[in-house]
Amino acid sequence: MVTDLSLSPPPPKVQDDVLQIDRLSVEFSTDHGWTKVVDDVSFNVPLGTTVGLVGESGSGKTVTSLAVMGLLPSRGVRVTGSVQVAGREMVGLTDRQLSDIRGADVSMVFQEPRRSLSPAFTVGDQIAEVVRRHEGLSKKASFTRAVEMLDIVGIDHAARRARAYPHEFSGGMCQRVMLAIAMVCKPKLLIADEPTTALDVTVQKEMLRLMKELQHEFDVSILFITHDLGVVAEMCDRVNVMYAGQVVESTTIDDLFDDPRHPYTEGLLAAIPDPRAKGARLSAIPGAVPAPWDWPNTCRFQARCTHAEPGRCDAAPIALHDLTEGRGVRCVRESELTLKGLDG
Amino acid sequence: MSPLLEVTGLRKSFPAARNLLGRVTERTVVSDDVSFTVGRGETLGIVGESGAGKSTVGRQVLRLIEPDSGTITFDGDDVRKLKGKDLLAFRRRAQMIFQDPFSSLDPHMTIRNAVGEPLSIHFGIKGADRDARVVEMLERVGMRADQLDKYPREFSGGQLQRIAIARALTLDPDFIVCDEPVAALDVSIQAQVLNLLLDLQAERGLSYIFISHDLSLVRFLAHRVVVMYRGQVIETGTAEELFENPQHPYTKTLVAAVPDPRARRSSAAATALEA
Repeated sequence: MVTDLSLSPPPPKVQDDVLQIDRLSVEFSTDHGWTKVVDDVSFNVPLGTTVGLVGESGSGKTVTSLAVMGLLPSRGVRVTGSVQVAGREMVGLTDRQLSDIRGADVSMVFQEPRRSLSPAFTVGDQIAEVVRRHEGLSKKASFTRAVEMLDIVGIDHAARRARAYPHEFSGGMCQRVMLAIAMVCKPKLLIADEPTTALDVTVQKEMLRLMKELQHEFDVSILFITHDLGVVAEMCDRVNVMYAGQVVESTTIDDLFDDPRHPYTEGLLAAIPDPRAKGARLSAIPGAVPAPWDWPNTCRFQARCTHAEPGRCDAAPIALHDLTEGRGVRCVRESELTLKGLDG
Repeated sequence: MSPLLEVTGLRKSFPAARNLLGRVTERTVVSDDVSFTVGRGETLGIVGESGAGKSTVGRQVLRLIEPDSGTITFDGDDVRKLKGKDLLAFRRRAQMIFQDPFSSLDPHMTIRNAVGEPLSIHFGIKGADRDARVVEMLERVGMRADQLDKYPREFSGGQLQRIAIARALTLDPDFIVCDEPVAALDVSIQAQVLNLLLDLQAERGLSYIFISHDLSLVRFLAHRVVVMYRGQVIETGTAEELFENPQHPYTKTLVAAVPDPRARRSSAAATALEA
């Protein structure tokens, strides 16, 4: 078992963490039997901060966030470990209990805002519904709140636009509406899963600015899921890098770019094209992320790692060990390697 | 030497509204007087936001969409007038790589046939000769020969995109329109595919039109760049000029909006000063 090999005790629990994920594992029932897609993931989101969850497709970052929200189906899925939102355990709650928490204490925005909104209701009604559900306000009072919220997220003529339907909004405007729905009951935690990936770069910039403003105004902590390290640099205070279902590096934003300690992080940084090195080849990570049923019970990155050493990296499971307070790396060769940062 | 491709005054519009009789009353102009050139061995980047008309231009150049007016000259030939054998020859020399390899490869065709089909059509090569060429191409893009009889569903997105590139390359083209070729791929795989495109250019002197919404990629790959906005070309220049000293206000906005991890330090310092 991977968990038995953990070298250090779990980090001390701090009261100020809005989200505490402790040894979270998620297994899916597949043709290959029970397959673990999230493996022993632990990290925190401290109050008032934005924490990034970075990784390629299939790394388990979205499944992790769905587990936090309690949005995984109950059949064919096994969730173990602990997820605490504002001190309250989410794993094992009933749908009814979860639905009291979702939208009130924790909200989520997704990659495709248009698909997340109902085409059959006005955006004002969709925002007001959350207020009615969680705060028990009247129809009229909750609609007033919806209009206020639309104004806050930067929709002009909010009173009129509240009566419009999602198809009358652009993609960027739909994402503003999604943020209004997510924020209207002042949650403590906002989970943003690739919220700007489908948007144009100028719209993305406005959205990121809006999220920062909302964070300031509503005192919300953000778990920001993305594959884009440029967005991470703009938004996050801390970052957890996931590879093949595991957190392989957990660190501050400065250390991520200046002093990566896991070869995978180094590889991701090196793959960012550098305009000064024009005409040179890009640095690629060879191979591809293996399928979950092919994940080895050793270092999962070793097959693609340029620093891998036979006999050590492919011998046993690798634990995420703490280097310093709040800094963890899942690599046996960590102390021997000198890895390159973004401009190293 | 004249450029390999010269596009002048390209114009295309689609019906936007019809009256009761079905007559078109309004047209949406998707390409409005678009002109540019692509030199031999050169990469021309086309950037712009969604709906700017980048892909429509790329497709008109290859006559996958017929333009309303304008001229397209490819190696001295008027592409819009090509017919029969000449058109076939043009189709051999000019290829396209699409964004989504899952939908650009026929799910019912094995890799052997997907990559080999162009050889049969253009050169009538069949059987073992064709297989040998297919294997050579697949190996060139980093795929193994034992995967010949697999179907597209058995591959990952990165592998499929390499197969799509192999298919585009079997006819030894001079020019490829790459429409968001890596947008669907993960970061680590992106670099593999882009390196392949760079290597091929160095080896064979290929010319590319590289269409992308990712400005940092275009800056890295393209020699010259065309910025499109609502169907029009609003700025052209070398990649260096355009990104370091954009002239048009829209280009300035676009360039400034790209999140740049390298600029993180300076912006962090600026925020600290403001606070």
